[in-house]
Amino acid sequence: MSILVSRSTRVITQGITGTSGLFHSQQCRAYAAECQPGVDVFVGGVTPGKGGTSVDGFAVFNSVIEAREKTGANTSMVFVPPPFCADAILEAADAGMDLIVAITEGIPVMDMLRVRRGLESSRSRLIGPNCPGVITPGVAKIGIMPGYIHTPGTIGIISKSGTLTYEAAWQLGRVGLGQSTAIGIGGDPINGTDYIDLLEMFQNDPGTEGILMIGEIGGSAEQLAAEYIKSYVKKPVAGFIAGQTAPPGKRMGHAGAIISGGGGGAAEKMEALRAVGVIVSASPGGMGDAMKQALKK
Amino acid sequence: MKIHEYQAKQLFRAAGVAVPQGIVAKTADEAGQAFATLGGPIAVVKSQIHAGGRGKGTFKELPAQRGVVLVKSAAEAAENAKRMLGQTLVTIQTGEEGKVVNTLFVEQGVKIARELYLGIVVDREVGGPVLIMSSEGGMEIEEVAKHSPEKILSEPFDAVAGLYPYQARKLAYALGLDATAVRSAEKFLPQICRFFVNYDCSMVEINPLIITEDSQMMALDGKVTFDDNALFRHKDVVALRDLSEEDPSEVKAADTGLSYVKLNGNIGCLVNGAGLAMSTMDLIKIHGGEPANFLDVGGGANEQQVTEAFRIILADKNVKAVLVNIFGGIMKCDVIVSALLNAYEKVGFNVPLVVRLEGTNVEKAREMLKASGRPIISASDLTDAAQKVVKSLGI
Repeated sequence: MSILVSRSTRVITQGITGTSGLFHSQQCRAYAAECQPGVDVFVGGVTPGKGGTSVDGFAVFNSVIEAREKTGANTSMVFVPPPFCADAILEAADAGMDLIVAITEGIPVMDMLRVRRGLESSRSRLIGPNCPGVITPGVAKIGIMPGYIHTPGTIGIISKSGTLTYEAAWQLGRVGLGQSTAIGIGGDPINGTDYIDLLEMFQNDPGTEGILMIGEIGGSAEQLAAEYIKSYVKKPVAGFIAGQTAPPGKRMGHAGAIISGGGGGAAEKMEALRAVGVIVSASPGGMGDAMKQALKK
Repeated sequence: MKIHEYQAKQLFRAAGVAVPQGIVAKTADEAGQAFATLGGPIAVVKSQIHAGGRGKGTFKELPAQRGVVLVKSAAEAAENAKRMLGQTLVTIQTGEEGKVVNTLFVEQGVKIARELYLGIVVDREVGGPVLIMSSEGGMEIEEVAKHSPEKILSEPFDAVAGLYPYQARKLAYALGLDATAVRSAEKFLPQICRFFVNYDCSMVEINPLIITEDSQMMALDGKVTFDDNALFRHKDVVALRDLSEEDPSEVKAADTGLSYVKLNGNIGCLVNGAGLAMSTMDLIKIHGGEPANFLDVGGGANEQQVTEAFRIILADKNVKAVLVNIFGGIMKCDVIVSALLNAYEKVGFNVPLVVRLEGTNVEKAREMLKASGRPIISASDLTDAAQKVVKSLGI
């Protein structure tokens, strides 16, 4: 079992004719073909104005609604450049996609505020933006993570970071733990899905036995997650917070990773998680061991 | 991106947000003339640097001189300007090294009845912008939040619809403004909120926001930070950028497409991905070292970018060892090694180099490292890498 991505997932790529859109669609298609031989999981793409053409075997459509009608897709992977990305996400929601995974980095915050407002009246779930995507190992990956570092298993990963998630999956692999689903929620201040919704899904997923939660400095999403864990999460949770040494007022790569006005520091996040029984690794080298320890409790 | 106070006020004025009359001066003569043009009887000469605390700040070269001065004649304006221009202003926000003042803003003196605080930020939990006000103008808002949180009023508003007049009135009444000032706030507050949204700001701070003796709301200061991701649609804002206010190596890194923040330690770091880069800094610290920088080469850097990254790290005189930590996903490990060997030739390494590689094409990359014959210390995992780089410092 898994969350978000299953064997019924069918994906189109918005921005499929761009360099990264095409490259990663090919990579995702190859991974899915290995996991589910003979099944077409990545069924096409959208680039307005290029409808009716095809690119490396992917049918290209002018709009998401057309792509959905003709391919039966229920999921969109978004690689549209930042100035046009908010519009692309809203189009996917309007077309009724169940899941929208936005990889694009650098969307203006004001645009994301409009997206969030637009999604309030929609049934679509947005993951990202500025994230590595979602992978259910052994089934499909929707995003830019390397497939081979993930193994099927029973740990759910929720992370704000990209490569740190790869590191986590690799460390889990070294201690013999695979993943049910791994999700990068993105490092932007305003995103589609935060920890709490995913914690709830993992808690309810019979295929998940433990959860690894990776946070970052900035905001207070981790503290809110801690409150949620206290009341609702019965499964073992391990965690890590990046940015213990970050100086206040400096943005650490991610738009959301900034300590401002005495809030959002790593220490208070770690404290909040530990207070509700989460096994928090102080070192990024100890994420796998922390998960193992949490499972033993 | 940040701008100067005088630039913020020019944008405010154009957006219909009330500010006092003011003139930019780059020389002592210009400062004297500005006073004459404004017509007295008093004016304020203000140092323009990208840091707060200027009024209480003092100059390194002349500790008696303050960064913001009240003057009563053209001659006095010019004399003060002479003591400020080209000198180094140290405030609580600049750090010990201070910042050189190249520009002054000479502003008409205003009769102040009350000093308030105004800030606008995007609140992640609310999922929208929030207007923050306080009766404690001129104070550090963090201090007010700590000691008297009840004095902080916050009003979330809709980014598309803006701040409604009733919201402005709600705040104005809560701040105890008189009837004329309430009417002024009803105009001022929605305008500044509209400015925040239209210009894609990530922060606007007006401290103090004043009520004049004739009950008008006016911005006596202006601190604006813009969302870097939205600058593509604000060419007028990009034109206001003052590179002399930014760290030269950070500017160079940004131009190369790298994300770099200079820190004070001695272990240089080159990492792919922001989260992993932050974690690598943490790891160094946990093992007793101090990171010299945050450097994220991103997900899809090419060889030239990586070479430039090494150049930036090695240009920092404090760097006594370098740690490379790559988890190759999209970024292929062999590209990193190829750039690393290239940098060895072109830039030259005279400090120990520890490399930890994992991910795409890692086998090929490890062979390349071995075949090069360079004295590179390789590490098997994160902890091993941190231990080895700290040990290489020989302390």
